[in-house]
Amino acid sequence: MSIKEYRTAVEARGGLLVMKQTPGVAFGDRVRIEDHAGGIRNGQVIRASDEDVLILVFEGVEDLDLENTWVRFLDAPVEMALSPELLGREFNGLGEPRDGRPPILSSLRRAVGGSAINPAARTYPREFIQTGISTIDGLNSLVRGQKLPIFTGSGLPHNRLAAQIVRQARLKNEDAAFSIVFAAMGVSYADAKFFRDEFASSGVLRNVVMFVNLADDPPVERLTLPRTALTAAEYLAYDLDRHVLVVMTDMTYYAEALREVATAKGDVPARKGYPGYLYSDLAEIYERCGRIHERHGSITMMPVVSMPSDDITHPIPDLTGYITEGQIVLSRELNSQGIYPPVHISPSLSRLMKDGIGKDDTREDHPRVAAQLYALYSRALETRNLASIIGADELSTHDRRYLTFADAFDRRFVGQGENEDRSIEATLDLAWELISIFPKDVLTRVSEADIAKYYRELDESQAGSAGGGPASGVTTAVQSHSRRRRRSASGAQPAGAA
Amino acid sequence: MSETQRVGTVRDINGPIVTIELPGIRHGEQVKIGDLGLFGEVISLNGDRAVVQTYESTDGVRPGEPAEGLGWPLSVELGPGLMGGIFDGVQRPLEKIALLSGDYIRRGIDVAALDREREWAFEPNRDLEVGQTVEPGAVLGSVQETETVLHRILVPPGVHGELEELAPAGNHTIEATIARVRTRDGRTRRLQMYHRWPVRTPRPYLRRDDGVAPLITGQRVIDTFFPQLKGGKGAVPGPFGAGKTVVQQQIARWSNADIVIYVGCGERGNELVDVLETFPKLDDPYTGRKLMERTLLVANTSNMPVVAREASVYVGITMAEYYRDMGYDVVMLADSTSRWAEALREVSGRLGQMPVEEGYPAYLASRLAAVYERAGRVETHGAGSGSVTLIGAVSPPGGDFSEPVTSHTKDIIETFWALSKELADARHYPSIDWVTSFSGHVHTAAHWWHENIDASWEERRREALALLARDAELSRIVNLVGPEALSSSQRWDLEGAALIKEGVLQQSALDDVDTFCSPEKQFALLDLVLMIYDLGAELVTRGVPVQEMQRLPLLSRTRRIKSLYSSEQLDEIEAFRTEVEQTLENLRLEYEKHEEQAG
Ligand SMILES: Nc1ncnc2c1ncn2[C@@H]1O[C@H](COP(=O)(O)OP(=O)(O)OP(=O)(O)O)[C@@H](O)[C@H]1O
Ligand SMILES: [Mg+2]
Repeated sequence: MSIKEYRTAVEARGGLLVMKQTPGVAFGDRVRIEDHAGGIRNGQVIRASDEDVLILVFEGVEDLDLENTWVRFLDAPVEMALSPELLGREFNGLGEPRDGRPPILSSLRRAVGGSAINPAARTYPREFIQTGISTIDGLNSLVRGQKLPIFTGSGLPHNRLAAQIVRQARLKNEDAAFSIVFAAMGVSYADAKFFRDEFASSGVLRNVVMFVNLADDPPVERLTLPRTALTAAEYLAYDLDRHVLVVMTDMTYYAEALREVATAKGDVPARKGYPGYLYSDLAEIYERCGRIHERHGSITMMPVVSMPSDDITHPIPDLTGYITEGQIVLSRELNSQGIYPPVHISPSLSRLMKDGIGKDDTREDHPRVAAQLYALYSRALETRNLASIIGADELSTHDRRYLTFADAFDRRFVGQGENEDRSIEATLDLAWELISIFPKDVLTRVSEADIAKYYRELDESQAGSAGGGPASGVTTAVQSHSRRRRRSASGAQPAGAA
Repeated sequence: MSETQRVGTVRDINGPIVTIELPGIRHGEQVKIGDLGLFGEVISLNGDRAVVQTYESTDGVRPGEPAEGLGWPLSVELGPGLMGGIFDGVQRPLEKIALLSGDYIRRGIDVAALDREREWAFEPNRDLEVGQTVEPGAVLGSVQETETVLHRILVPPGVHGELEELAPAGNHTIEATIARVRTRDGRTRRLQMYHRWPVRTPRPYLRRDDGVAPLITGQRVIDTFFPQLKGGKGAVPGPFGAGKTVVQQQIARWSNADIVIYVGCGERGNELVDVLETFPKLDDPYTGRKLMERTLLVANTSNMPVVAREASVYVGITMAEYYRDMGYDVVMLADSTSRWAEALREVSGRLGQMPVEEGYPAYLASRLAAVYERAGRVETHGAGSGSVTLIGAVSPPGGDFSEPVTSHTKDIIETFWALSKELADARHYPSIDWVTSFSGHVHTAAHWWHENIDASWEERRREALALLARDAELSRIVNLVGPEALSSSQRWDLEGAALIKEGVLQQSALDDVDTFCSPEKQFALLDLVLMIYDLGAELVTRGVPVQEMQRLPLLSRTRRIKSLYSSEQLDEIEAFRTEVEQTLENLRLEYEKHEEQAG
């Protein structure tokens, strides 16, 4: 079909435009709409039939008048132009420049919808990425090709954490930096600026492609934004052989935009008004990450998902958790204690950790140390609970040790500086320092060989103060309290790094 | 069915739901849509129009494009060459597709499930003679499909008559004629090594039998506490990250089934890759052969078209029934049935059907029941008894078990392994909650355990569960008023329950030794822990301070035994047991002496 223009709109509501007598329009095609004032809007065909055609208008249908709306069917799906020039640029959800510079000129254009990776063509992700953050590297390790979201709440430092990961993430034995694809949906101007400044000051801007849709930009455009961003990521990874880290914030606003459109279309809602296909729709996005046979590049994904009212069972975090390979959960409680990054390890999980750690990847004791810390911490939280009911004085000496451990763990292991890049060895050594608060016979998750090699003998008098916290723990807490951004590396780098 | 192919026209495209105009098309018939030739299935008829659900994305399809009726319902190919393979939700071979279309699945690609070129060494059934009458299910011969699986070639359902010809031993492709049967209506049917079967129709069998033997999974909390029978149906519900997939993969790895069919239904691509990459390297503990030789994967990952997800469960179960008909014990794992139910919901929503609960259509419960009903142990027509065990993961939104899919499933199944977020958060794996889980098969399983392992199994199991129940109660008290409120023997109960949890229930799938635990070792561990508890309880009653008992180094060693000694090292476990018994006995003697002196 050649490109045709029509003026047969009969209905406009909730981001949707209905056209009559537009035969032969393909499902999914891109549309260009000229409104009465000559303004140009973009759209996509979401239902096509003999009688009428339903168009999703990315900029919304606000202010359209049906008489004077010209609709042109472009006979092509929504596409993104691709070239190495992408790096360092900023686009909107449709892949149009937002940085005032000219559009990308390239004969290579790809439909942003993507298609499903053949599972038989995938390779299992197993290469450990060191983020320099103990709760992630030590207990919820990230591997290349994994999708690991940050579950957060309003006011929590997820942006700072994401930025720190972007700054610090690297493969253990490789220098190659990640290329970053940054996708912002519905975020505030301040948040977008935070990241832009962050990329600029850490000198990675030339390695970043940004896709931005701000809180006051048209919400419908958020539906294509992650897809456009991932099309760029796939190009960088599989055409240019780069390792790509995709940071997407905030998937909750994406899902809200989806609900808005679904409601307008009259789709049957499942939970909290979100359409039944929210799971599949999110999966189409998240599953574009991974590793593929015989491809050098890879796509690792770190979406930020805010939990409405801190509720992890809300459909958006819930369905995300069902798709992603784990989650890093931030805690308001830790945050209010001044602990940065406030990662709550109990609900946090990395499913791909098992093949990325251990003898050949990090250190042989790593898997068991992680299991041991989890076991101790979970018992320690129970003890804390008990202490809050009956009072710490009522606890046995053995139980009090758990309290000491819990506090030391929160302050020293969880807490770290915003510029503190801990090597995995430093993280594991710190772990042993904390584990050694306990007598050996409590430690049933680590092996006897591990204990022989790493256990720190402390005499009783020291045992008390080990938890009491040497200065570093306290400094960390103070650091994260202060809003001051420290750029100097002095003192922030632990001895084990580099 | 009309033999002539008929072509009609696409009228409306609404995502995966396409309306076509094609008079005479049948309900359930397969359709090829548009210039791309996308596959679909008629799900409702209205005059000359038919509503089709397509298994592939309809992007780019236009009203006016052709739609062709293929004349048959959604069917699978059944014959040698399935084992070890990975297929999509409509049984297209994904490895071959990767060769043809690269990393991404090209739409409209049409590849047969079974290899047409490959030759198989056919061995005819020596007991059959030409002239003999054969019935459906009769064994015509066999081919060695993989080192582990002897693939019996059966007379397909619906073919009765006199055997006119049977191929001699030799190499044949699946399309070669291996037998001719003169049917009662006087016609001669040419039989090949494969046939097609419509997936929504259960395959026939002679009669249904009760399950008799437990499916041994090598997982203690399952085999010892909540056993499943061969031919049973079970569900694994749990919130995200609780361990449903790991439970299913462990069963796929270590269960004593002959055939495993793993259906990844709307879940992660990487989980299937994990199976694809590890199973060819893992040894089956029963045959010593590689696990992949008896495993077949069906993959419709979460990002693949949703309608094929609905089909994938039927495709999987039909292949399961086919191997059952050869006399095998088949386990089919479906991860996750919730995604399957959501596919139903999506289609029903697009059709504008009235939703009843959380958007699900009214027929959700009956569809679920019908799928699970295809599990069971049966007497096959010609190969003795065979079974299909069906285990479905359920992914309740927000981990809420009262939602429709979990609650309907619970009414249908017999074994319910409820995963708990609290246990998973505490890294107690498998996070199967011993309070809310149940098995309707304990009594039957007990026969097997008593005959093969130990006559006190049922008794020991009950003691352990009773201790765990006491523990739950006492823990509530502790959380209200602290441990000081408990008596010494109550505190020893807590210690005993902790031993059961850590020494028996917890079993890491990632531990090289403990990932599989034979029934003998399962019982040895349970018995060991209960012995310590019993002897200890006696000591505590006699007045040995419970703190002293808690300090015994043997307790922490007991917690490690499971990963210290493998299923082959029962002697070492026995030796440890004797040592423990001795230690506790000495403690008793010492204490008595002490008492006497004091008294
Ligand atoms: N038996 C086990 N041993 C060791 N680790 C386990 C075990 N069961 C679960 N885990 C851990 O829990 C993680 C999550 O398990 P799994 O992927 O099976 O969850 P799931 O219930 O299938 O979640 P989802 O619904 O999101 O698919 C695993 O990656 C593993 O780290
Ligand atoms: Mg799972």
